[in-house]
Amino acid sequence: MNAVLQAQGLVMRFGGITATHNVTLNLAPGARHALIGPNGAGKTTLINLLTGVLQPSAGRIVLEGRDITRLAPHQRVQRGLVRTFQINQLFDSLTPLQTLALAVSRQRGLGARAWQALGRDRGVAARCEQLLAQFHLDEVMNQPTHVLAYGKRRLLEIALALACEPRVLLLDEPVAGVPAGEREELLQTVADLPAEVSVLLIEHDMDLVFRFAQRMTVLVNGAVLTEGTPEQIAQDPQVKAVYLGQGDAGASHG
Amino acid sequence: MPLTAQATLLRATRLRPGEVLLWLLAFAAPLALPTHALLVSEIAITALFAVSLDLILGYTGIVSLGHAAFFGTGAYTAALCAKLWLPDPLLGLALALAVSALLGAVCSLTVLRGSDLTRLMVTLGMALILLELANKLDGLTGGADGLQGVIMGPLLGRFAFDLNGRTAAYYALCVALLLMLLLRRLVHSPLGATLKAVRDNRLRAMAIGVPVSARIALIYTVAAGVAGVAGGLLAQTTGFASLDLFAFDRSADLMLMLVIGGTGWLYGGVAGAVAFKLMQDWISAITPQYWTFWMGLFLVLLVLLGRERLLKPWIGWSRRKP
Repeated sequence: MNAVLQAQGLVMRFGGITATHNVTLNLAPGARHALIGPNGAGKTTLINLLTGVLQPSAGRIVLEGRDITRLAPHQRVQRGLVRTFQINQLFDSLTPLQTLALAVSRQRGLGARAWQALGRDRGVAARCEQLLAQFHLDEVMNQPTHVLAYGKRRLLEIALALACEPRVLLLDEPVAGVPAGEREELLQTVADLPAEVSVLLIEHDMDLVFRFAQRMTVLVNGAVLTEGTPEQIAQDPQVKAVYLGQGDAGASHG
Repeated sequence: MPLTAQATLLRATRLRPGEVLLWLLAFAAPLALPTHALLVSEIAITALFAVSLDLILGYTGIVSLGHAAFFGTGAYTAALCAKLWLPDPLLGLALALAVSALLGAVCSLTVLRGSDLTRLMVTLGMALILLELANKLDGLTGGADGLQGVIMGPLLGRFAFDLNGRTAAYYALCVALLLMLLLRRLVHSPLGATLKAVRDNRLRAMAIGVPVSARIALIYTVAAGVAGVAGGLLAQTTGFASLDLFAFDRSADLMLMLVIGGTGWLYGGVAGAVAFKLMQDWISAITPQYWTFWMGLFLVLLVLLGRERLLKPWIGWSRRKP
């Protein structure tokens, strides 16, 4: 098995409720894999299990051949498993430049350095410029994050994850709430993510899913209903019944 | 882009003219106002203490109502060092730093989890425990009478502490300046940036690989050490350590100073301490009994009007903050 990220038989119980039911998921290198499912299907729980916010009741998570099931969230990030958030989680008082500089410094092992000024390292500054340009943030790089337009903050949300040089990137509804005018810019940056990064996209927006994904997994009631190519999923009568039939694209997941 | 990313990042770390001016004035003060040398050293010590609270409150978002615990620990350590062992000031200060930092490292375990309210209670409780310990261990600390008769040796073996307090003032100013320069470096470093990340959004800090608990523990330890140095300076320059070093109002006054000066830029602590101490000195000279009333009124106005409009009334009452 050459999957970058494997979830093997994940089970999550909250008291008597089983939120995740024996979920197995394999993410191929360079994958563009979408995870869809109706509200309450357990998508958020699954992300929390993968990123280490929750500890599974049973099952294993393997990243590039290494068992990471017991690692703390920040340790998983250091090994290349990085996520974005459905609701922006940014550093409001810092500028995009400072935000990225801190993440890049951390990623390069300079995060504990107390002597050098932030940005003294030429490589860090160069990588920040690259990311700022790639995510169309160079114009606003010196404004505090909390004054930025929503679309820009959404871009920073992804840029910040990419600054951690992920091997596997979990994108949690990247276009949620973005107004139409700023949408295309964001869709394009998602499409332009580096090919070597494996992406798991959690999304309600079917436009984006079908434009972006090469494989899809459908989650229903905490269990995997089916997995396949977008064409297969689109034709699947089961999926139509439980998910596409509801036509709630754009709603938030639970 | 008008400036490269690197130039922009480094610009923030540059020494500002205001900072230089502030320190020049501070160092000129004991000469210009020889009768107020004691006040100068008191302000320098209080400023250092306030800056240490800013490290945890302003840079990491940890609230504390018991920061005097470390101030008192440093003070008693320095005083006991002189009394029981060697009266060398720098040795006492180093010991005060070490002991209070160690205490800070242990106490940091209590602030890693929980909400702001639990932190207020836990830090307050810690200061009360130490206060009571200093009270009960009267064989060592002198109990409620305080630790009296602390005689300090000359600084660096040359400069004796004089009665009008000039040596003390320069001693306090030099230590404060040195620590400020070090802390300034710290907060502008990648490490300092990860602290601000923890303050702004702990969840995301974790999600970009910052070891949040380790960072909080680290800065809490550093802040405790700096507070301990401030306490040590006070005990050494006054030759006295008493229970009120641990008292609640000392921790609370410190919070007020940061409210006055603003958090998260180090000099907020300095500005707050200077304003607080000068006002205290000035108002209590006019009305010794009722100075707290005027102090309270000032704080209420400060919070109601906002720092900007109170200090710079000429910049538009019409313009509202977004």
